Amino acid sequence: MFDIATQLFEGQDIRFGPIDYDNDPEVESKWTHNAEFMRLYAIEPARPISAAIVKKQYEKLEKRMEEERNFYHFMIRAKTDDHLIGKAMIARVEWTNGSGQIRIGIGSAEDRCKGYGTQAMKLLLRFAFAELNLFRVNADLPEYNEGAIALLKKFGFVEEVRRRQALERDGRRWDLLVFGLLKDEWQSQVSA
Amino acid sequence: MKDLFRGELVRLTAEEPELRAKEEARWARDTEFHRLADGDPAQLYSDKKIKEWIEKNVEEGFKPERYFFSIRALDDDKLIGFLGLWLNLIQSEVWVGIGIGEREYWGKGYGTDAMKLCVQYSFMELGAQRVSLGLHEYNPRALRSYEKAGFRLEGRTRQEMQREGRRYDVFWMGVLREEWMQRQNGEQP
Repeated sequence: MFDIATQLFEGQDIRFGPIDYDNDPEVESKWTHNAEFMRLYAIEPARPISAAIVKKQYEKLEKRMEEERNFYHFMIRAKTDDHLIGKAMIARVEWTNGSGQIRIGIGSAEDRCKGYGTQAMKLLLRFAFAELNLFRVNADLPEYNEGAIALLKKFGFVEEVRRRQALERDGRRWDLLVFGLLKDEWQSQVSA
Repeated sequence: MKDLFRGELVRLTAEEPELRAKEEARWARDTEFHRLADGDPAQLYSDKKIKEWIEKNVEEGFKPERYFFSIRALDDDKLIGFLGLWLNLIQSEVWVGIGIGEREYWGKGYGTDAMKLCVQYSFMELGAQRVSLGLHEYNPRALRSYEKAGFRLEGRTRQEMQREGRRYDVFWMGVLREEWMQRQNGEQP
């Protein structure tokens, strides 16, 4: 089981780290040129973003973390060579209700299907429930993101809301799903 | 053409910021109203601050994403509440927030009538594909009202809300353009 000494940011093959302004913008800019990734990662229209703008976005993001105190963001890195694998975050934390919204993205195709998403989810949920002391977390995603849905279900997330035809892509409308996980549900899972 | 701003019980108006601010400051003191209308912790702000927000909203109300109205009762012309629409231009989805601040007008169909106007406006003027809203489990009157205006419950985020030491679900509702059109034509969606 976990205790105070169990590291929050160290997984088996991955770790959570801060932004590396020298190296990350280049990598993330590359990801944004991959329309497939962008359409799985976000519901905003996919568009390529230059490294310079990515860098500016990082600055904005860190400012937001500092000022608003309801947003937590981590870079996912490989333990072997420290290369950037993806991003994990908890946004829109409501302290009075103990709720927050999670999101994980694995950027490049070579890093998918290696269990990194699962490891990142483990770290992120422990952070949400054992460090932020949230009561519940949710994840919003389009119905076509089957990989993410499988990952959420593996961790006991329940499909709670199906916002019918809320997203238009490829000439048709898709449902947007909201999955939720309560602290109790997470707790019984990690102690099992 | 339909009168978009006039229903059976209410009409949608634009008010002078000074008047809206005065009434809103009064409504904000009613914490039952606040808890029904809003998920954030109750707060008290001055008339001055509220007026500044309303003025800002009036300006932003002319952005293509944002539409703000006040609600007046037709019978006595009293200002009883507000209605705000946020249009996602890319997805053609409208998010709506409504509040009837005057308690004597609760449970009498005024809010429902305003919401019907809101849905009509979203589909007939804004070209929306769907209209969305959220409400709290402890507000069954709102649930019935939204159902009457054509919304369907699409799910509930379990125990997302905490008030008075108890947890409550948040309900999410939506109405689709085709559903609403069928209803207008007297068909069952």
